[in-house]
Amino acid sequence: MQRTRKPGISRRATLALMGTGAVTFATPWVARAQAKTIKVGMPTILSGRVAQLGTSSRNAVMLEVEKVNAAGGLAGRQIEMVIRDSKGAPQEAARVARELVNTDGCELLIDAEASSGAFAVHEVARDLGVFCIHTNSETSALTADPKQHIPNAFRTARQGVHDSIVGGSYAAAIAKTKGLKKWATCAPDYAYGRDTTGEFTLYLKRFAPDVEIISESWPKLFQPDYTEVVTKILQAKPQALYTCLWGGDLTSYIDQANIYAMFSQMEVFAVNMADYTALTVVKNLPKGIHSGNRYIKTYPATAENAAWGDAYKAKYNEYPTNWSWENATAVMLIAEASKKANSADGKKIAEAMRGLTIKSPFGADGTVTMRAEDQTLIGYAIGWGTTIPQEPYVPDVKPGDWKTILELEAEWKKSKGYA
Amino acid sequence: MDLDALTGCLASPACLVTQTTSGFIIGMLLFLVAVGLTLIFGVLKVVNFSHGAFYMFGAYFAMTAYQLSGSFALAVFCGAAGTALLGLIFERVFMSRVYGADVLMQLLVCYAFVLIFDDVVRMVWGPEFRSMGMPAAFQVAPLFIAGGVVPPYYLLLIGVALVAAVILGLGLARTRLGKVIRAAAHNPGMVSALGINTGLIYGGVFALGGMLAGLGGALAAPVRSLTPGMGFSVLIESFIVTVIGGMGSILGALIGALLIGMIRSFGSLGFPLFTEGLMYLFMVIVLVIRPTGLFGKEVV
Repeated sequence: MQRTRKPGISRRATLALMGTGAVTFATPWVARAQAKTIKVGMPTILSGRVAQLGTSSRNAVMLEVEKVNAAGGLAGRQIEMVIRDSKGAPQEAARVARELVNTDGCELLIDAEASSGAFAVHEVARDLGVFCIHTNSETSALTADPKQHIPNAFRTARQGVHDSIVGGSYAAAIAKTKGLKKWATCAPDYAYGRDTTGEFTLYLKRFAPDVEIISESWPKLFQPDYTEVVTKILQAKPQALYTCLWGGDLTSYIDQANIYAMFSQMEVFAVNMADYTALTVVKNLPKGIHSGNRYIKTYPATAENAAWGDAYKAKYNEYPTNWSWENATAVMLIAEASKKANSADGKKIAEAMRGLTIKSPFGADGTVTMRAEDQTLIGYAIGWGTTIPQEPYVPDVKPGDWKTILELEAEWKKSKGYA
Repeated sequence: MDLDALTGCLASPACLVTQTTSGFIIGMLLFLVAVGLTLIFGVLKVVNFSHGAFYMFGAYFAMTAYQLSGSFALAVFCGAAGTALLGLIFERVFMSRVYGADVLMQLLVCYAFVLIFDDVVRMVWGPEFRSMGMPAAFQVAPLFIAGGVVPPYYLLLIGVALVAAVILGLGLARTRLGKVIRAAAHNPGMVSALGINTGLIYGGVFALGGMLAGLGGALAAPVRSLTPGMGFSVLIESFIVTVIGGMGSILGALIGALLIGMIRSFGSLGFPLFTEGLMYLFMVIVLVIRPTGLFGKEVV
């Protein structure tokens, strides 16, 4: 009797396939170890109001990855970036991050999310044990709070508390000179806004004890209309206003506050103003807004920084952003740590990265350091100045002093029970 | 909760003027979007979930026209006319095919277009946020009325929206076309039997609704940042307005929008941490007392 072969897949083949699948999924590193390239996953915000910052993160990463790959990659393995849009939603960021590791086979994560998403991605990194470097979340607690600490997660973003120490002392000096005692605050209502405002006022009051906060506003993140916030602040008649609104929210706010002539009625301290995204988009930029440096190619005033800003502009036809330098730093650190460890393995890179100091165009003294104790970046260029409506936008930046920053940060950590 | 700030404001004429105008501005912009939504629902019985996209297109059309011509009047005209045309095409080509379909199918089509329109904006104008900038004519010092601050641009904005409301209200109540539209809403079969082209009426109403949202977007463009997806948050608030005012009622949309504007404006003083919550709370109270909304009619 002749046996006929039934169409479709045979039982034996099915078993073999299932077996192979099970082995591959249960031991993904076996499959990956043979890969010549190393996949690096990157969840970021590529749509919505923050898209420009997400895109600038991607651009900066690609700019640096090209250099690393040209120099031989990570321990001989070429980097392949897998970049996905989280749309700025925390749950989507977490889902994308998990998918990048589990499905796409990414061995390292560059988390280019805002704070709202970064905490979600952090939990994914904790769960999967994958190497993760947060590049955009400036919320201090992400690395300062020991409960958040995991050995595989780092941060190259500037830290809110650093900004607040420098901003607080800068603002206090102006408050004393100009007699600004009544202050108002306006910040987006989420972790970054709450924390940063709290820290700024803490240091403002510390350096200028007679300052009083007479009005607080907490608009929603991405709120389209700020009219009621603007008029509320006008009612309170403060002498100065602090805001940490950013991106499109900040430009909307400025446009809406402008027609109430708010900027002529008080001194405005907007920590996120001096970023090209905001500076170049606002059509009627008021003169004399005080701002922290985000990214400008004229500060630090070095040839390396100017060259980096120009190279970025030449490639993408726009200026880099605050998120750009933070992401570029992540790739630079990964490359140096990999070189030091002579490996592309996440655990070895993490080990080599703790305490690592590298040359950087964004360093206050030409270098930046990944501090070992809390795995966050220090030594980056940080300062405050006032804006003008055309280039160089912030002509005179007063630099912050890292010795003072570190002393006050240690004190702040103690007061928070973090150290 | 800061009731002192609220009572202090109510006792001060300067604060009352500032906050009331602030409420009017928020309300009138919201009205322009909500009234289109309610009009389309009233006549076509379709909840146009993609209505926020017309607000977005209005803003982008206005910005582009303003950049090309430097004329703000032309920018507003282009914002309104462009979205009217878009509304007409959208209704004739796509929405008209799902009138008889299940409500879920209608929602699905609308939601698909929310995504498509956002992506179109992203492709044409880029994903980053844009700013149109305040026209030079309005870059003037604000007016001080009884000590309260009132920007001249916002007076224009309130004026234009009020004129639109009056024209719309009178047009629907007093003109022959208005009667035909109301008749089409009530009994389209009979209107059709009388030899009136209901397809044209439907397309026209959709275009009118789109135009009003586009006008809102164009007027908001100088003071709000433009970004793909900007219509969504406005849409949510517009739904609240239509639910409060009653689906299908133009007067309801106006009153609902102004109430929401005032809640936001005065609520931010008295309940700074619960302003959003106040809006929803108010909606719940209205729904409990009058499930059809303040001016909505019982569907038999």
